[in-house]
Amino acid sequence: MTSFEQHFEDKINNEVNIEPRDWMPDDYRKTNIRQISQHAHSEIVGMLPEGNWITRAPSLRRKAILLAKVQDEAGHGLYLYSAAETLGITRDEMIEQLHTGKAKYSSIFNYPTTSWADMGAIGWLVDGAAIMNQVALCRTSYGPYARAMVRICKEESFHQRQGFEILLSLVRGNATQKKMAQDALNRWWWPSLMMFGPNDDNSPHSAQSLHWRIKRFSNDELRQKFVDAATEQAKVLGLAIPDPALKWNEERGHYDFGEIDWEEFWNVVKGNGPCNKERLDTRRKAWEDGEWVREAAMAYVEKRKNRSQKAA
Amino acid sequence: MTDEKKSTSEWPLWEVFIRSKAGLDHKHAGSLHAADAAMAIENARDTYTRRMEGVSIWVVESKYIHASNPDESGALFEPANDKIYRHPTFYDLPDEVKHM
Repeated sequence: MTSFEQHFEDKINNEVNIEPRDWMPDDYRKTNIRQISQHAHSEIVGMLPEGNWITRAPSLRRKAILLAKVQDEAGHGLYLYSAAETLGITRDEMIEQLHTGKAKYSSIFNYPTTSWADMGAIGWLVDGAAIMNQVALCRTSYGPYARAMVRICKEESFHQRQGFEILLSLVRGNATQKKMAQDALNRWWWPSLMMFGPNDDNSPHSAQSLHWRIKRFSNDELRQKFVDAATEQAKVLGLAIPDPALKWNEERGHYDFGEIDWEEFWNVVKGNGPCNKERLDTRRKAWEDGEWVREAAMAYVEKRKNRSQKAA
Repeated sequence: MTDEKKSTSEWPLWEVFIRSKAGLDHKHAGSLHAADAAMAIENARDTYTRRMEGVSIWVVESKYIHASNPDESGALFEPANDKIYRHPTFYDLPDEVKHM
């Protein structure tokens, strides 16, 4: 081990954060770039399923809330992109990787949002699962990533609460509304559990990421925490979680739950989910349609610079 | 801050500093891309102060920031290391001395 490596390992072991200009192993840099950029992409693509309902929100109150939530997600994407940029990758390179499919984003956003109740289920479950992950990441070892996570976590709690409130309103409504809420839970429950990734024994990068404190808890630990919390919350809503194997285990002090359909999981990861193509097409189109705006803004700056030079 | 890596179409990178309330220092909040300073301030408002986190924003193009080298921080900060007499706790005074 070189003295640089030793110094790096000492910092990791003593819970000292790694900062952009510090020496770090190439793989540490690469792993962080991959994880942070994919996290950023998830925030950006994550705006699409909810954007679908902004124009059709059932009241002005709900519409304003949904707009604010989607705007937060854009902000979260931007915090994360700039954190990744401190590792030496450019914004354009990351966007290119998203558009070519080289970089992934969370598979959950490849599922369609077919009813208003989905806005509730996404806030409660999808943001709830994301929070489990993100709270743990506030103590990740790479400084800019940790600071972005602290900022994000402060804002994320409103996302989950507004979703739960949507479902609460529906279950207190008429029979059709309650059915909408149950239907949304049925469709979003399993994809939400998949958000934590493969089981620990099938997660090749996990051990190294845990050692480097990029990850602070394993996929299965976080998934269990989520199941325990969400199962209790579902009782408040009076909704049934679509898992016949879900049962309190006195001995473990946790809920046991059924096996995830891993075939579906890998299928969506590989690009064959219901909306993979639509999501990427939408992102690419937004990027291409915005190209003239990006160019015009720079052209305007250049023009003004030339003018002020002439005047002087 | 990022090492400069030129990309043809990217807007320049800016560092954002925010004063959270009157009486406090501006503090680094993060960075963003913008074509010019006016746009950087507007983008900073939307990105970093959606919940009244600021009363004042500074932006500076990242390429103008000079930073100390972390590999040399040992030598750079060494002069402060052995001067513990700069701290008030270095001085042992009798308990009867008040307000000091």
